[in-house]
Amino acid sequence: MKKRMLYIVLFLILIMIIGYFCNEGAVDTDFAHKNIGPSFYYPFGTDWMGRNLFFRTLRGLSISLFIGIIASSISAFIALFIGMTAVFGGKKADAIVTWMIDFMMGLPHLLLLIVLSMAVGRELKGVILSIALTHWTSFARLIRSELFQLKEKNYIKIAEKLGKGKVYIFQKHMLVHLLPQFIVGWVLLFPHAILHESSMTFLGFGLSSEQPAIGILLSESMQYLVTGRWWPAVFPGLFLVIIVLLLYCLGKDLQKYISQK
Amino acid sequence: MAGYILKNSIRMFLLIIAVSIAAFLLMTYSPIDPLQTNVGQTALGIMSQEQIEKLETYWGSTLPPLTRYIQWAKDFFSGDMGISLLYRQPVSDIISQRLSNSIWILSAAWILSGVFGIILGMLAGIKEGTLLDHIIKSTAILFSSTPIFWFALLMLMLFSVWLKWFPIGLSVPIGVTAENVTITDRIYHGILPSFVLSIAAMPNIILHTREKMITVLESDYVLFAKAMGKSNQQIFIQHGMRNVLLPAITLQCASISEIFGGSILAEQVFSYPGLGQMAVTAGLGGDMPLLMAIVVITACFVCAGNLLADVLHHIIDPRMRFGKGNKI
Amino acid sequence: MILDMKQITISVNNTILVEDFFLQIASGELVALVGASGSGKSILAHSIMGIAPKNVVCQGEIRYQGEPLTKEKKRDVLGKEIVLVPQNISYLDPLMKVGRQVAKGKKDKISMEKVTKLFQKYNMHSSVMQRYPHMLSGGMARRVFIASALMEQPRLVIADEPTPGLHKEMAQMVVSHFREMAQMGAGVLMITHDLELAMDCADKIIVLYGGKIMEQTNAKSFQSENTLYHPYTKALWKAMPQNGFHTTSVTHPSKTGCPFLKGCTKSKKECMKNIIPYFQKENSIIRCIDAGGKEICF
Repeated sequence: MKKRMLYIVLFLILIMIIGYFCNEGAVDTDFAHKNIGPSFYYPFGTDWMGRNLFFRTLRGLSISLFIGIIASSISAFIALFIGMTAVFGGKKADAIVTWMIDFMMGLPHLLLLIVLSMAVGRELKGVILSIALTHWTSFARLIRSELFQLKEKNYIKIAEKLGKGKVYIFQKHMLVHLLPQFIVGWVLLFPHAILHESSMTFLGFGLSSEQPAIGILLSESMQYLVTGRWWPAVFPGLFLVIIVLLLYCLGKDLQKYISQK
Repeated sequence: MAGYILKNSIRMFLLIIAVSIAAFLLMTYSPIDPLQTNVGQTALGIMSQEQIEKLETYWGSTLPPLTRYIQWAKDFFSGDMGISLLYRQPVSDIISQRLSNSIWILSAAWILSGVFGIILGMLAGIKEGTLLDHIIKSTAILFSSTPIFWFALLMLMLFSVWLKWFPIGLSVPIGVTAENVTITDRIYHGILPSFVLSIAAMPNIILHTREKMITVLESDYVLFAKAMGKSNQQIFIQHGMRNVLLPAITLQCASISEIFGGSILAEQVFSYPGLGQMAVTAGLGGDMPLLMAIVVITACFVCAGNLLADVLHHIIDPRMRFGKGNKI
Repeated sequence: MILDMKQITISVNNTILVEDFFLQIASGELVALVGASGSGKSILAHSIMGIAPKNVVCQGEIRYQGEPLTKEKKRDVLGKEIVLVPQNISYLDPLMKVGRQVAKGKKDKISMEKVTKLFQKYNMHSSVMQRYPHMLSGGMARRVFIASALMEQPRLVIADEPTPGLHKEMAQMVVSHFREMAQMGAGVLMITHDLELAMDCADKIIVLYGGKIMEQTNAKSFQSENTLYHPYTKALWKAMPQNGFHTTSVTHPSKTGCPFLKGCTKSKKECMKNIIPYFQKENSIIRCIDAGGKEICF
């Protein structure tokens, strides 16, 4: 299992690096070779401007992963901060946090993203911000209940009785239990962030059409569906699913690994 | 009981108000100016002076945002939702038409995903560890990792382009006015979107029900039922089903939000003229009055679902109905 | 013999929990199985009935009224002739009314009348039938379990820790109900960690330590240290309040050889061998090479 986790991480890093260097190949147009189906030179075929869809897909995946890392990291720390506020900030803070979580869940996630993107704008910064600002809710809820449970544990109560400071108890006793949970939750935020990024971009609220993001590739592919050109729709989507599945497996493996320890 | 429902209803109402305030403020701070966008200006031409003034007070004036919100809310909740900038029609007309288009694919998806999700989840839980369980579980995980819009694209390609079983877009045949749409037309155009939506909503309920079924079957009370000599079938009917259905139904009520969210993508792919597609158009075109109305209506549905979940749980579960107080 | 078990070994995921276990219960007899919590007693009880989880493997011979207790046989007798009296409220379905659970889910008039009668017998108002499990107190739950055991004529009653959480009087009352069942001709196996309670009510006591039987003896033998032969049983005796509260320092049973290897003052090389035979001395069966008596084999 440890090996599998390592392979997944290496594979994802590889995709990111290769994708980074695919930029030129991804935007190069070649009208002599447009609308070619999958072949040896063009494994995923080419689009209406003769752009190599293999490079475009790789580039898109690396963009997705990049956005996913940043957005889910910000989101995870927001969740940590909010969860801790609820637990250590007294009853009122807890009530406010619970209410805030309910409030964030009052709208479907995607609609929330659409509304948010109106204020923070589109493009890279807007997408990252909108996703980061909306994905912390259930994770914060998890951290909150986890911390409350820890707080009720006997050894922590004893430590409190012994007059140890809050910060000391948190560092010495709670962090050890929380950290692994935090890492797992963080990794499991990843697939969500990536799925929502591609959805937003697909709808037109995310990255602009010059960027070869997966959402853009798929939304462009819609125009050629009727003509029977299937490859621009199938390959980018398929690889997005693979990446998301790998991230999900990574998170679940990590969870199992930590619970075994 | 009545007190509980009332308390929660008030809570939900306040939540809807808060959501609308937040959405209003976000749109106010949006760099997109609804009055300056091109579409907006053509729209302005057909509006009455009074309507334009209202629009300006809401979105363009220098008044403090909260004051503007209160003015907007006053009009909105008294029924005047304003004029859509893109469609040059009263927002309330558009919403009611779009909602009536959407509502049945939403409810079909909600019911289908609930019924089949719970059945499949129970089946997988009962057969834990078998091939059937593995197939159900991995399929559910696969679909939860699949973007809805891509799945919708594949279905569109398969059924509409290749097999030509279903139309490629629009809920109404071209050249037919909205009034002349027959019910069969409507169903015909809605089949694929509701199918995609229900498949997309299913993994969540399957995986939850499966987990719950496993915990129930490993519980002490099922062990005791076995010791009483009850058959597996009896155990499932008397204990398994009841204890799994309670959380599953609650979860399904709370999943309305997800289905609304998914409908945005599914309707966009199938160009189905529903509320979800409207949200995209309004968002991209900076049509604030329309988007605000969609936000409030959707929030109402989501909150109603959550309220229903709470109340049902309260009614069905005896641990909630009769408190722990009266022990003997 | 109502129940006759020999050479029973129970393992979970290849870890052995109970080793070379034997048990005989005659009609009218109340046998107490005493052991510290976590020594595999509950799993043993569940294994007899064949309701233990899938990963529990039970090997050995179990005979019920002279016949092997096969799967088919269990299907016929479980809940009718062989009944379980479980530990606590978690063994009741939280969503079903208590009365209906005692009636095994049936709603017909005859079953309901029987439940009403049994509830009366055990001093419970008929309104208790309409309650849900979470509304019962610990003592009330125990009586509900006992009532459910008597829905039919049980031949073998297996009570799994029937008393924890009850105050002494209530515990004694619950135990007296088991005595009654024995008097009606059933064999009763009571699993408990409360040695004193076992001494009060049982005919025979089996002491389990580290998954192995240390000693099986008459309950009367516990009246004096001299009639106990195993060093571990003696240590248990000494640890009782009325005998001076002498506790031994060793808590964890050793995994190889005699479980009491580390706590015993007389332990020698042979005690480290994995197979220690049983010896019979008077009415006791002891698993200690130092106890004397005749070596026996099952």
